Amino acid sequence: MTTQPLPEHPDFLWRNPEPRSSYDVIIVGAGGHGLATAYYLAKNHGITNVAVLEKGWLAGGNMARNTTIIRSNYLLDESAAMYEHALGLWERLPEELEYDFLFSQRGVLNLAHTLQDVREGVRRVGANRLNGVDAQWLTPDEVAEVCPILNVSPDTRYPVLGATFQPRAGIAKHDHVAWALARRADELGVDLIQGCEVTGFVKDGDRVVGVETNRGRILAGRVGLAAAGHSSVLAEMAGFRLPVQSHPLQALVSELHEPVHPTVVMSNHVHVYVSQAHKGELVMGAGVDAYNGYGQRGSFHVIEHQMAAAVELFPVFARAHVLRTWGGIVDVTPDASPIIGATPVENLYVNCGWGTGGFKATPAAGWTFAHTIATGEPHPLNAPFALERFTTGALIDEHGAAAVAH
Amino acid sequence: MLLITCPWCGPRDEAEYHYGGQAHVPYPGNTADLTDEEWAAYVFYRDNPKGPFAERWMHGTGCRRWFNVLRDTTTYEVLAAYRLDEPRPALPQAGGNR
Ligand SMILES: Cc1cc2nc3c(=O)[nH]c(=O)nc-3n(C[C@H](O)[C@H](O)[C@H](O)COP(=O)(O)OP(=O)(O)OC[C@H]3O[C@@H](n4cnc5c(N)ncnc54)[C@H](O)[C@@H]3O)c2cc1C
Ligand SMILES: [Zn+2]
Repeated sequence: MTTQPLPEHPDFLWRNPEPRSSYDVIIVGAGGHGLATAYYLAKNHGITNVAVLEKGWLAGGNMARNTTIIRSNYLLDESAAMYEHALGLWERLPEELEYDFLFSQRGVLNLAHTLQDVREGVRRVGANRLNGVDAQWLTPDEVAEVCPILNVSPDTRYPVLGATFQPRAGIAKHDHVAWALARRADELGVDLIQGCEVTGFVKDGDRVVGVETNRGRILAGRVGLAAAGHSSVLAEMAGFRLPVQSHPLQALVSELHEPVHPTVVMSNHVHVYVSQAHKGELVMGAGVDAYNGYGQRGSFHVIEHQMAAAVELFPVFARAHVLRTWGGIVDVTPDASPIIGATPVENLYVNCGWGTGGFKATPAAGWTFAHTIATGEPHPLNAPFALERFTTGALIDEHGAAAVAH
Repeated sequence: MLLITCPWCGPRDEAEYHYGGQAHVPYPGNTADLTDEEWAAYVFYRDNPKGPFAERWMHGTGCRRWFNVLRDTTTYEVLAAYRLDEPRPALPQAGGNR
């Protein structure tokens, strides 16, 4: 493995059109999910009279703030099906979009530090295999073979008792993913409109017929929300509630280093996950800040805790320096699973609640949300993820199952 | 790091506290009569405003008591801290010293 220069990209990847007065479909939010939804609306359903409205700039939200971990080794059947569909799409998207966004299947290790972690991991490997997801249980020595810089000696504060390993997991370059989807959506006729904030909804009775924006009223046959951390704010404008809480989630990078870290390592127990980006920086994420926050920043002690854990696991990191830290706003549901489907407002659909782990799902979120908007019915993959589950009690409780779900 | 003033112990670092989510969510009185929708609203639905938010905190490494905080979720400014038996304070006037 060597560090790679990033590929050149063309000057202009999409037009920046003025909003038209009406569209068949408006998507709110040009993060990965909004862009993937627009792309699949056009590609899978032939719906091209579509606008994606973004209050800031394209992919300026969580899409370009995440730590880019892609994996599908979730415990529960509904989740495994969704994330495995995403992984299958990731495997073919670079060619389909004709854009090398550095999707690198370098594998992910989920470390076990306690007996409970070991039991959870072994159980999850079994569940994954039954669902056709590649998964292995590794002993500490095997873990060291996959990732030699990990300290697997037994006399550490968080001894590594083993790990699950998904070889097909990996990372990708998030902003390039957004640009790849944006370019192709634009080519197919989708209007990507930046600097356009949705400030209200135009309704006819219980039906949404358009949106108010800082650039005027825009009518729409159907509206899809893909606003991540701001989903509750938009739902309130539209007159319904979502069982979602917005939290800061922070990450950081080191300066550039020679390649030392060949895979992705996650530890739910000590709350850190680490990979090395193609350019060479070590990328590390933490757990969420406990409090609700829309500030795209969190508290420093969270970063301190995360780095203490990272240095314990990877002694070589002690000499690295933090170059930059940042935060995003993640929308967390009570069962740590997303909500994709209809809302109490007719013709208004929502995709939200991906919390700390929605990057990996980008193509599947787009695929299923586009299906739901185009047909008015959920795709079989997202049917279990409807808003009603909080009333029926049919939760998809990945909280207990996957702990830190990035 | 937030600086939060415990009503009993005074100003302390955020790291001394535990977060408890939205404040002023009473347990429903008529539990036997609640519909599934009403139970869902109580169990799973909480406000998530962008702006002032009344929330519970517990002083874990201090007096270990719960209390309420009025905090702006955009600026993170702590606007007020008050005891559980006190009502939510009125918001400081807009254009004031927020
Ligand atoms: C630090 C961090 C690390 C993470 N690590 C991982 C990881 O390793 N793996 C993983 O799978 N996931 C990870 N995630 C989660 C992942 O980033 C999100 O789940 C995912 O990006 C959410 O979908 P999105 O890309 O569409 O969101 P966003 O990019 O946030 O898109 C939402 C967009 O909506 C726009 N918007 C909001 N309100 C309005 C409005 N009123 N009008 C118009 N536009 C509006 C916003 O400006 C924003 O651009 C991480 C997140 C963070 C913050
Ligand atoms: Zn106290």
